[in-house]
This record gives sequence, C-alpha cells and structure tokens, in this order.
Amino acid sequence: MVERKVKYLFPLPALLLMGIIVVFPIGYNLVMSLHEWNLAGGSGMEFIGFKNYLALLEDGRFWNSLKVTAVFTIGALGGQVIIGTLLALFFHREFKGKALVKAIFLFPIAATPVAVSLIWAMMYNYDLGIINHMFSMFGLPRLAWLASRSTVIPALIITDIWQWTPLIMLIVLASLESLPQDPFESAIVDGATNFQILRLITLPMVRPAIVVAAMIRSIDAIKTFDLIYVMTQGGPDIASENLNIYVFQKGFSYFRMGQASSLAVVLFTLVLVVNIVLSMIRSTTDSSTEA
Amino acid sequence: MNRQRTPIKAFLFYTGVILICIIPLFVFAWMIMTALKTQVDNLAVPPKLIFDPTLENLRDTLAGRNFGGYLLNSFIVAFFAVIISLLAGLPAAYAIAKYQLRKIGLSLLMARMVPFISYLIPWFIVFRTLHLVDTYIALITTHLIITLPYVIWIMVNFFENVPPSLEESARIDGAGYVQAFVYVILPIARNGVFTASVLAFIFSWNQFLFSLILSGRNTMTVPVAVFQFISYDQINWGGLASAATLITLPPLILTLFIQKYIIRGLTSGAVKE
Repeated sequence: MVERKVKYLFPLPALLLMGIIVVFPIGYNLVMSLHEWNLAGGSGMEFIGFKNYLALLEDGRFWNSLKVTAVFTIGALGGQVIIGTLLALFFHREFKGKALVKAIFLFPIAATPVAVSLIWAMMYNYDLGIINHMFSMFGLPRLAWLASRSTVIPALIITDIWQWTPLIMLIVLASLESLPQDPFESAIVDGATNFQILRLITLPMVRPAIVVAAMIRSIDAIKTFDLIYVMTQGGPDIASENLNIYVFQKGFSYFRMGQASSLAVVLFTLVLVVNIVLSMIRSTTDSSTEA
Repeated sequence: MNRQRTPIKAFLFYTGVILICIIPLFVFAWMIMTALKTQVDNLAVPPKLIFDPTLENLRDTLAGRNFGGYLLNSFIVAFFAVIISLLAGLPAAYAIAKYQLRKIGLSLLMARMVPFISYLIPWFIVFRTLHLVDTYIALITTHLIITLPYVIWIMVNFFENVPPSLEESARIDGAGYVQAFVYVILPIARNGVFTASVLAFIFSWNQFLFSLILSGRNTMTVPVAVFQFISYDQINWGGLASAATLITLPPLILTLFIQKYIIRGLTSGAVKE
C-alpha cells in the first residue's frame, strides 16, 4: 500500500542518520569502555573487561567529581526551581509590560554559554570585578570567588541559577496561564484566603509543569560543561571538577580513551537514573491532580 | 482573579517588576559597557558607571583577529546543520505525529540524555583516523546530534495540531503524498518550521564542546575562538567583552522572532505523555 510507504519511508532518512551519528558512537563508547587504550602512548586497544569500571571504585578523583556533580546539580536545580516558581507566581497576573518581561527573561536562556561564563568570570574578579565592588559598598568582605576552594562551587551555582531560572519561570508561568479558572472562582466564593488558594489549588495544579521543567534542567545540569570549563577548568586544583569535566580531561588531556569511555558510561547512567526517578515523581503528581 | 488593586499596591508591584528585571539585564548591560570602555576605564577602581564610550574594542576584535572568519565558520556549520536537520527531520516528524510512532519519539528523547562527551570520544577517534578533524564535515556531523532530534521533537508537536482531513482532501485533488506534504502540510506548520529552525540554529551557534575538539585553525567557530582569547589576553577586558557581545547578539535577536513559540519549542518531547 502507498499508505504504508509513507509510514516507513518518511522517517527513513532521519532514522538512518540517527543510526550513524547517535547509535554508532554509543555502541563504540560501550565497547571502548571495556578496553585499555592510551592514544598518546601509540599502543592499540587491549581488551580488559570491566577493569576500567573496577578501577573507578578506588579513584579518589572520580569520587570527588561525583560529589561536585551532586552538589552543583542539587544547588543549581533547587535554586532554579524555587526562585523560578516564585517568580512565575509573582508575574501571574495581567499587567502592562508583561510581554516585555517575558522577552527579557528569554535573553539569559538564549545567550551563548561561553559568553555568559566569560562575563561572569570578569564580574567575579577579585580586584576589578563588580561583585566584590558591590560587596565592599555594603560593608561585606571581598571574596576570591572562583579562585577559592570554598566559594568556587557557590559561584558557579549562582551563575547557573542566573542563566536557567528564567526557563523554569517561563515554563511554570505558561502552565499557570493555561489553568482552568473554575476552581479559583469557587474557592474565592467559599472564602478561601490567598495562601490557602496557593497551597491547595495553584501549586498542586502546576506541580506537573514544575517537575517537567526540573527534568529538562536536571539533564543539562548533571552534564554541565561549558560553564565550568570556561570559568575554572575544574579548578582550583579539582575543587570544581564535575564528572563531565573529568571525562573530558581523561580523554583529551591524558588521552586515556578506555578510561574516559567508562566514565562517560557512568555519567550517562547517572542522568538516566535521575530522570527515571523524576518521571516516577511526575507520574504520581499527574494521577494525584486527576483524582 | 478579582482582587482589589489600589494605586499603592500597583506601585509596589511595578517596583518589584523592575527590581527583578534588572538582574537578567544587568549582566548584559555590564558586558556591553565593558566592551565600550577604554582599557584605562576598565581598570578603574571603583568601576565607572559614566564614561566616554569607544568603539575601538569592537573594531579591533572584528578587524584584528579574524573574528569575521570565525563568525563565518559558525554560520556555515549552523546553516548546514539546520538544513540537513529539516530535510531529514520534517518528514520523520510528520510520520511520527500521523502514525503515533511513539517508540521512535521516545528513543529520540534518550539521545538527549546521553552526554555529548559520549558522542565526542568515538567521533574524535573516527575523524582523527579519517584525517577529518578541523573540517566542516566533522563539525556539522556532530552538531546534527543536537539539532536533528530537536527539530523532530518540535515538529511532532506542531504536526499533531494539523487536521488529518487536510492531507486527505489534498490527495483527493490528485496530489501525491510528497506533494501534499510539501505544498499543504508544511505551509500550515510554517510557524513550527520557523521555530525549529531558529532554535536549532541557536543550539549549533552556541555549541562549545564538540567544536573545542573537532575544529581547528581552518574551521574554528566563535565560542572556541572566544575561549582562546581568554588565555591570550586576560586583562584586555574591552576586547573580551566585545567578543562576548558579538557572539551572543545573534541568538538574542533571533529569539525575539520566535518569542511566542519558544517555550513550547523548548519543552516539546517532554510535555507529551
């Protein structure tokens, strides 16, 4: 039938292309993770089974990178979800200039991460940066920000929150704007207070949207690369080296392709597990709002 | 909601709106101000808010460092990544929407969870073996990993809103499947095609990791060039901020054209069950 031709021929070019550019490297990555391969040493691939993975258990730098990934992701994602939701609730009303506000909030999302990271690195500069200048104006101590082990992760989190809170805000705001009006009207008739409406009606109804926004952000936050590589390259020392940066260093500074591949597999597993957990949260919120 | 609004409340609300909007705007304002300051003004303590603007930094960046060449490289890579994504992605998205091929849609979502570095390591080895590092082919191939799934997700979302009767009536009038798709369906979904193209272009334009490893002297894209500047002239803040301004302006302007659809675009694939 002609109909069946459309069903199978239309997706064919995209599927072939995806097979080459996506499926092939994933497979190759898995195979490589089972090999020792030092690209700089000139020797070929040597099959070593799961030794790369077992070696990770005793690799302090790997555990450090996991910790950095976890702290950065939780801090950034938590900040973005809380601030983004609060802002969405604040802007959820009719007012002059709403379209302009939405446009302004698109700018950080669209801005090139390398440029954003560069500008923030300048703003964090100890002597000339605007942030330390403002701190001293308010009588606060100047901080070394990116140069100090204790402040580097908070500094990176602040930049990430600046860039990505708008995405959460706009997704939640879009969801708020599409909510049906009836529950709110009857709640007002019943004499509910603003806080009761917020806690018992608004928040449960936008919870699925918040979880979706968190899922989208979590995928990228766990894999953060541009921001950290441009601002600190994982430093000072390895204080801000997350898993993705560590994979990159293993692969492209030390050229240990087998070890780098096994780390990349761990990184992918991490993203997958977090998303499975979040989608489980999402399916429970979906059913609770329908009930 | 019909709550009372007094002038004082309105005043407080707008004060809040302005204070909040300053935060995203300030960083861009500071970037542009730094680009327009002389080196002397940029090194001043405390930072100057009022100064004589100069276009010298921007001119030096554009003229003196082959920045035009980097911009062209970025444009070429993004352009071809978008075109190939549309050619392969549009018919695929239509079939996925029309026949509810959910498994394909789901596997595309998986492609997004895989870290870019998992694609980069194998592709680096392949391109190194084939002597294709520092070619447009290497860059476009890897950028497609990002742009192709995105175009498909966005377009599935838009095609699902095209009534099936339209294609049927076009075919009764004698058009083939391909003709009906090109001349009837695509024009109806043109907002989606435009949104998908712009978003894919921005993703490719902003891409850093693939280009960092796979570009070289001949094909260096702007994000990598800007990153190189940082290590060369750490204290030439005017030059660095000029480069940052030049690279980030195109995506900022492009988003304004798709403002209405961008959130729908960025969340498609995740919102549908």
